[in-house]
Amino acid sequence: ILRQRFCHQRLPEKPMGIESQHKHLLELLRRTAVHGESNSVLIVGPRGSGKTMLLKCVLRDLLEVKDVNKNVLQVHLNGLLQTDDRIALKEITRQLNLENVVGDKVFGSFAENLAFLLEALKKGDRSSSRPVLFILDEFDLFAHHKNQTLLYNLLDVSQSAQAPVAVIGLTCRLDVLELLEKRVKSRFSHRQIHLLSSLSFRQYLDNVILQLSLPPDFADAKFFEEWNDSIKNVSEVLHQVSVCKPSIKPTDLLEASRVCVADSKANILHGLSVLELCLIIAMKHLSDIYEGEPFNFQMVHNEFKKFLQRKSQSIYNFDKPVVMKAFEHLQQLELIKSVDGSTGKIHKEYQLMKLMLDHNQIMEALQKYPQCPTDVKQWALSAFG
Amino acid sequence: MQHSVQSRCKIMVRYFTRLRVRRVYKWDGTPSSFDRKLKTYFFDSLNISVEGQPGMTTVTPGQYVLIEGDNEDNPFVAKLLKFFGDESNQQKKALVQWFVRVCEVPHNKKKLLGRSPHPQEVFYYLGHTCDNEIDAESILNTVQVQYVPVDAPFPEPGIKDTLYVKLSWDTKTFKDLDPALMQDTPVPASTPPRLKPASPCSPPAAALVSLGSVGRKMPTPDPMVMRRAGSVSRTRGPVSASKAGNNEAESVHSAAKLSASKTLSTKRRGSSGVTPGVRKKLQLSIGDSPEKIMSRKDGLCELLDEEVDSEKALVTKLNSSPRSLHHGYSLSPVRSDHRPPNSLGGYPLKPTSIMLDRLSPTALGEQDFSRDMLLGMAPLILEDEVFEAGLPTGTAKTPKKRQATPRRKYFHEKATTPSRRKDSAMTAREPSLGVLAEEDSESSPMQLVVTSSRSKRKSAQLVASRIRKQLNLMGDAQELHSDDGDDDCFTPSKKDLHHSSEEDLEDEEVSKSEETAGKTTRGRLRRASTTPARTPRKPPSKKATPSTPRTPRTPRHATPSIPSRTLPARKPGNVLEEARARLHVSSVPESLPCREQEFQDIYNFVESKVMDGTGGCMYISGVPGTGKTATVHEVIRCLQHASDMDEIPTFRFVEINGMKMTDPHQAYVQILQKLTDQKATADHAAALLEKMFSNPAPKKETTVLLVDELDLLWTRKQNVMYNLFDWPTRRHARLVVLTIANTMDLPERIMINRVASRLGLTRMSFQPYSFKQLQQIITSRLNKVKAFEEDALQLVSRKVAALSGDARRCLDICRRATEICEHSAPQPSSTGLVGMSHVMEALDEMFSSSYITAIRCASVQEQLFLRAVLAEFRRLGLEEATFQQVFVQHRALCRVEGLQPLSVSEGLAVCQRLGACRLLLLEASRLDVLQRVRLNVSQDDVLYALKADRA
Repeated sequence: ILRQRFCHQRLPEKPMGIESQHKHLLELLRRTAVHGESNSVLIVGPRGSGKTMLLKCVLRDLLEVKDVNKNVLQVHLNGLLQTDDRIALKEITRQLNLENVVGDKVFGSFAENLAFLLEALKKGDRSSSRPVLFILDEFDLFAHHKNQTLLYNLLDVSQSAQAPVAVIGLTCRLDVLELLEKRVKSRFSHRQIHLLSSLSFRQYLDNVILQLSLPPDFADAKFFEEWNDSIKNVSEVLHQVSVCKPSIKPTDLLEASRVCVADSKANILHGLSVLELCLIIAMKHLSDIYEGEPFNFQMVHNEFKKFLQRKSQSIYNFDKPVVMKAFEHLQQLELIKSVDGSTGKIHKEYQLMKLMLDHNQIMEALQKYPQCPTDVKQWALSAFG
Repeated sequence: MQHSVQSRCKIMVRYFTRLRVRRVYKWDGTPSSFDRKLKTYFFDSLNISVEGQPGMTTVTPGQYVLIEGDNEDNPFVAKLLKFFGDESNQQKKALVQWFVRVCEVPHNKKKLLGRSPHPQEVFYYLGHTCDNEIDAESILNTVQVQYVPVDAPFPEPGIKDTLYVKLSWDTKTFKDLDPALMQDTPVPASTPPRLKPASPCSPPAAALVSLGSVGRKMPTPDPMVMRRAGSVSRTRGPVSASKAGNNEAESVHSAAKLSASKTLSTKRRGSSGVTPGVRKKLQLSIGDSPEKIMSRKDGLCELLDEEVDSEKALVTKLNSSPRSLHHGYSLSPVRSDHRPPNSLGGYPLKPTSIMLDRLSPTALGEQDFSRDMLLGMAPLILEDEVFEAGLPTGTAKTPKKRQATPRRKYFHEKATTPSRRKDSAMTAREPSLGVLAEEDSESSPMQLVVTSSRSKRKSAQLVASRIRKQLNLMGDAQELHSDDGDDDCFTPSKKDLHHSSEEDLEDEEVSKSEETAGKTTRGRLRRASTTPARTPRKPPSKKATPSTPRTPRTPRHATPSIPSRTLPARKPGNVLEEARARLHVSSVPESLPCREQEFQDIYNFVESKVMDGTGGCMYISGVPGTGKTATVHEVIRCLQHASDMDEIPTFRFVEINGMKMTDPHQAYVQILQKLTDQKATADHAAALLEKMFSNPAPKKETTVLLVDELDLLWTRKQNVMYNLFDWPTRRHARLVVLTIANTMDLPERIMINRVASRLGLTRMSFQPYSFKQLQQIITSRLNKVKAFEEDALQLVSRKVAALSGDARRCLDICRRATEICEHSAPQPSSTGLVGMSHVMEALDEMFSSSYITAIRCASVQEQLFLRAVLAEFRRLGLEEATFQQVFVQHRALCRVEGLQPLSVSEGLAVCQRLGACRLLLLEASRLDVLQRVRLNVSQDDVLYALKADRA
């Protein structure tokens, strides 16, 4: 059940914490569906704040109203899928099942399609044609289309006495209106529904508990109680985790949350060879000395050599090509990066590089590194090579 | 008072099946005066004798009379001002001053009186909504009306026939009556009321709507017409044929009775559905319900009878006969509006003939007959000295209206342009003769055209918009009546249909709100029964009619259309919803306030070009939402009407929109397609157009080309623009190009010289609306629907005007405000209107930056990160920092706050989330920790938001 719940299989019965937005949107769409009034609205909210969930809830509620059911057409577009107006237009035509659709394929050129669609929309009027709901996911991407033709036309239809449409945009960009051209903007009704998690931590916790709790009609009553108790405990633990990041939803346990928040780069560091680690340390020293200025292989190699001389231990005595190989490996792992893109001209050894790691990351990784030679550790801790 | 000379008098025979009283009306005396211009004779008195009763009543101007109405017990009261008749004495007319009985005042207005009315009290009627010309034959008897000073008590109820006047009533308020009004008698008789602006001769359709439930059967009590559901039939023959007429009358009577019994029920149904205010009973014996017509077909002799019947009706003043026509055909009973008597004859015939048209071929003769009648009547009509010749003509187009809304609008406008209309109507009389000979289905549009042919530019806007509406309705209705009815003369385009249907909606809204709010101020009467019945009719008629000229240019000639909805759109239910519907940008206003000057300029420009047959360009600029496109469309509509009236040569109108095409070169294709309906590739189309515009053609009409969003037609070589502006300069092009764009200096900025020079210097720029204009726009849109508080409106308009002057925005805010108002629980204090608080909320929603709230709602770590960004900026003195630098700060802050520091990847995730919301501007994420971070919000905003959060 829980898995079903979390994997977006099911919509919640009631949107949590966004009741007012839900009501607003539902009312708006209901008016389009019932009264034939054209509208346009934007739903804005950060990722994972439930925009799509809200919309789906609203649509479900809307369709529950009996007479609306057969009365509305829906067109779902996604900015990531319909990357330009041509594709979007075909998709609209297909979803509307207009007459130039043959077996899921839309023929005709772009211009023809546009003219056709506009004609179709113009033909309708407020009282006779069925309202069309245009749902534009990733609305901001549509704004990048050339001339914003699609948006202009959709919004223009919604602002003129043609077939009733409701244009619903979903986006996470707060500044999406600035992306619109001024004439497109003028045609937009400037309705925005903001979805921002304004929940306090307590509410958030309650919500999580609610989501995790099993429904009372669960088969095994005993298990049900135990489970719910443990959930309560978990939520206590959760308290500490989520206090720092309430927006990340830790799934159930600390373990999981640790996996969730684990630093990928530190993990990479754990898998490095000693030589590579030494190189990293050398780089760290270099960037300490030069305050973040880029370095090249030669510098790193010199630093490494200095270290070796000081320790005078031959186990780490590698040939330069070997060190070079290790250096390239680091580069492949993207732990270091070249400053400028022009790799071809400069000799590899003198290419300027930058370390992509933080001091703390390096130190932490060193602490956890299995069987790390002590002198390497000391070297890393010492201020200067 | 002069006597005798009955040679010109005519005997009127009326059958009252109910009352069984036959009254005979005679002019008493010679015509006292003769108005040459109007060809009317004025008489001094009228003799009324009741058959079977000795004695004769003589009424003279100045006397008070009872006039036949729908209410048997309470006939209308009026004061006679004068009598007149036409040369042939076919008609007897009287000019009256109405009085209103208490029972005729709508219930909700009675309380305005402030006291309980005296049973015999009447009110001096000051309203302009009812026709003050009546048929003299509807006069029943004289009555005493006595003026009582306001303060004085009513006299003892003594004489039964005496009524008392204290106050005047103008459909809205009671006022003290000026005694002078009561005393001076036939003063207005000297000046025909038609010359007075706002004279009360407006068509009675809207008349006394307010009287609604009481059902004052307004003035036009044309006795001929007052047939109560067919129970009474009256005929009238010319004197010359009086004998035959009698016989005919007999037969007609019987025939009518026959059919009456059949149709009685249907008619009853229909008429009872009509709001009482409607002059429902005014039905002609012909052309009422289809059933009746069917019954006519039963027998040939009956048919004959019917013809006779129709002849009768036609010859007499039936033309004035208002009728309600029940069309089973169109599902919705089409109620033609009641019109004042003697409005020109053409139109009443129209329903008839169309109806007949639809009858089986057996009725063809009848149709011809009626057409003949039509012709015959023309002179008659011309001679008719009808005072209201003008107005009725104007409204003559409305017979087919299924509702009275337009009429209401008509009144609005009439007030402003009454004289003009009347003038034009005067001149219209002559052409109408010729027009009448036209195909009868065409007759009314033509008449209309003629009617307004004189309207000058000054009032052109009002008039034409009005006419346009009428035409639309006409077309709509015509389409309903007969698919073949609409000729090239008037093909209702889709747009027109649209308008009309919109009006339908509007009308319905209004009527509903009236019902709910109990407002009956302006009223239109609509029968409740039409409302549900009408909607379903629409889709089929629209889809099926061949009049939709544009066929889609898809390869397979598919018809582009949105599937029609299975359920009718619901109508707004209350004031707020109605206001919202009216405030929607899409609802096309009757006229565009605050753009009169621009309208004038564009109109002049285009008109002069069209008249001269030359070409030209005009560039119109203005920020979005200032009404550029709307104004141009309005101009075109006006011009199209002017051309329909043969005032200016016909022209074609082509509109393209830069936004609605995928490529600038598509412009050629679209223009060509709209001009000639052929399809071609862009290059080919360009060549064809080039040829079309540069070669002389024998019969070429001017083309008006509207190019919206001109800036999008920009190409690197600018050849599209070049061609567009070059064509008008050709000698034979006859092309007027109107271009619209947002920027004022577009020609200078993006056009190369040769293009800019061809564009010419005719420029116009639409200034953003000022707050006053915005306010006016909203008010005019609301159009008396009381939904907003004054202050609230002002606030909105000021705010928008200060920001952009975008009317669209303004309307959207208002719309939102009504929603808020609706959803906020009805507080006891609120008046149900949209108040300041609601508007404020809407404004906040629309204008307030969302960033601050977004920051406030961000998670703890996100807020910390923002603070870190700020701190880093301060440290660096730059507005930009790398993630690495910021992250160091972030850790420090975490430590200060006592939170567990984040790992780098978590920090990056936080950063990315902020970036997605565009609170931060980020470089491409592959730069990882080195990516540069910038704020998208001002630092102050962030500080403010964070601080407020803390507090």
